Amino acid sequence: MSFPWAEHYTPKHPLMQWVDEKLPLPRLVYNAIGAGYPVPRNLNYFWNFGVLAGVALVIQIVTGVIMAMHYGANDLVAFSTVEQTMRDVNAGWLMRYAHANGASFFFIVVYLHIFRGLYFGSYKAPREMVWLLGLVIFLLMMATAFMGYVLPWGQMSYWGAKVITGLFGAIPVVGEPIQTWLLGGFAPGNASLNRFFSLHFLLPFVIAGVIILHIWALHIPGSSNPTGVEVQGPQDTVPFHPYYTAKDGFGVGVFLILFTAVLFFAPNYLGHPDNYIEANPLSTPAHIVPEWYFWPFYAILRAFTVDFFFVPAKLLGVLAMFASILLLFFLPWLDTSPVRSGHYRPMFRKFFWILIIDVLVLGYCGGAPAEEPYVMISQLFAGYYFAHFLIILPLIARFEKPLPLPGSITESVLAKYAKADGETAAVPAE
Amino acid sequence: MASVEHSDGQSLSGGEGVRRRDFINIAAVSFAGVGAVVVALPLIDQMNPSADVLALASTEVDLSAIQPGQAIKTTFRSQPLFVRQLTPAEIAEADKVDPSTLRDPQTLEERTVDGKKQWLITMGVCTHLGCVPLGAGEGENRGEFGGYFCPCHGSSYDTAARIRKGPAPKNLEVPKFSFTSDTAILVG
Repeated sequence: MSFPWAEHYTPKHPLMQWVDEKLPLPRLVYNAIGAGYPVPRNLNYFWNFGVLAGVALVIQIVTGVIMAMHYGANDLVAFSTVEQTMRDVNAGWLMRYAHANGASFFFIVVYLHIFRGLYFGSYKAPREMVWLLGLVIFLLMMATAFMGYVLPWGQMSYWGAKVITGLFGAIPVVGEPIQTWLLGGFAPGNASLNRFFSLHFLLPFVIAGVIILHIWALHIPGSSNPTGVEVQGPQDTVPFHPYYTAKDGFGVGVFLILFTAVLFFAPNYLGHPDNYIEANPLSTPAHIVPEWYFWPFYAILRAFTVDFFFVPAKLLGVLAMFASILLLFFLPWLDTSPVRSGHYRPMFRKFFWILIIDVLVLGYCGGAPAEEPYVMISQLFAGYYFAHFLIILPLIARFEKPLPLPGSITESVLAKYAKADGETAAVPAE
Repeated sequence: MASVEHSDGQSLSGGEGVRRRDFINIAAVSFAGVGAVVVALPLIDQMNPSADVLALASTEVDLSAIQPGQAIKTTFRSQPLFVRQLTPAEIAEADKVDPSTLRDPQTLEERTVDGKKQWLITMGVCTHLGCVPLGAGEGENRGEFGGYFCPCHGSSYDTAARIRKGPAPKNLEVPKFSFTSDTAILVG
């Protein structure tokens, strides 16, 4: 894998030599995230978020497995066992708050990771497979997060489950049998809760498996970099360890400071008070909203209020919501510009920031009540979301005149330092 | 297989191009495939509602305490059921609407029992995504058409519980029910 100048694993200790002969696992790790993996020398802090997502997954698995030790997956006791975990179990409150906020932070770093990929064109050849596998991970994360949110069996849990499984009910003919099959009943109940618990426990390990594929696919061409210019020789790379283990280590420190700040000082800020009321099938909360990380998609779902060409509004909303994610699977072939990095694409860069604003506005509308003006704003911004990928990106690729690219990664790095030296003459060159 | 053909192509072949081994191969893989499908069926079917969930429950509702303009919420097959006595004004309002202008065209007659037009019995499940609409409880928001209002995505139903505005595609479902006496119904 990777580049011919990569450092070779040469165990010195006889024990490590013995292990290397029988099971070369240390060799695999060395080549994957050690000194044996050469990485472009110019990565900025946006390249931290892959590792941060891995850290977030580990936090979720550790706190989740512990929570499962104190949880009863039965609709009669689920709510009270979660409250027991909070009040009676030693450090149970810490586990639950870390797990609930850990999910939010997992999505924060994954969204930043995705937008990093969008801005720097990380989805382009030869890294299409990395992007596609990343989207699979994203879909698995959404399924896992949704099912996890049902487990405390509060009002938002119950009604979220009802609304989301109701999405499948919108499919013509087979929709209702599918919805009943998913729930194991005509409404969310004990059967639904139990299967969601089982799958919520399973899927994180599936995610871990797909992450291995994601990294494997990444290591074939090697990491992208902020210039988007491919690595040309040993002068363009540094070994992952110690250079990026150190840089990622710093990022992990910052991440943990922010995570613990929310965890200890505002643990319920990102949640909904309604979920501290036990599930009641006869009373819908006045304002059902999913967790914040689903809001942009929820806004797209709700943007369709009238039938169109005999397709019911309900089905249109569901199709649009799924399409908004499935669309991203075609992105490597929609953006045909050969230039990867947004640094060198003046038109693309403007529309990228418009897309960010668009998604943020959709997110705001998704969290707002289903009334005007939010419905109309959702309609406009959902339309723009699709236009960005289906119309604007292909057109930019055709008409944009990119800025001149640096000859190599090293050239761009040296040019940057030469410029910095020119401005601050007092600093010596080395 | 290529090596077998190479070393001993003649003795194994049953005819031109088709060998006994090909037949055995296809038969074995097909048999395993059928087996896999048969095993998959119960693995999938176990997720369908179990017998205790399916055990049909019918619900009896006493109407004697429900005054005109009032509604009650009860449950039928673990889902909410709305039982409402319409006022003459609400009936008139429902009859005034031309059904052909509706998304899911139905008249109030079609949604109620002959001669007992004031008794509107519907599921309390919004046909959009399954929330419980407001309007059955005392003082709840009945929406701009005076029937039911779903707070989740803003679907408004009229006094015959027909969809008038918002994303829901259908009228609130009227379950099968019959009057067992003048003041009692059996749903299911």
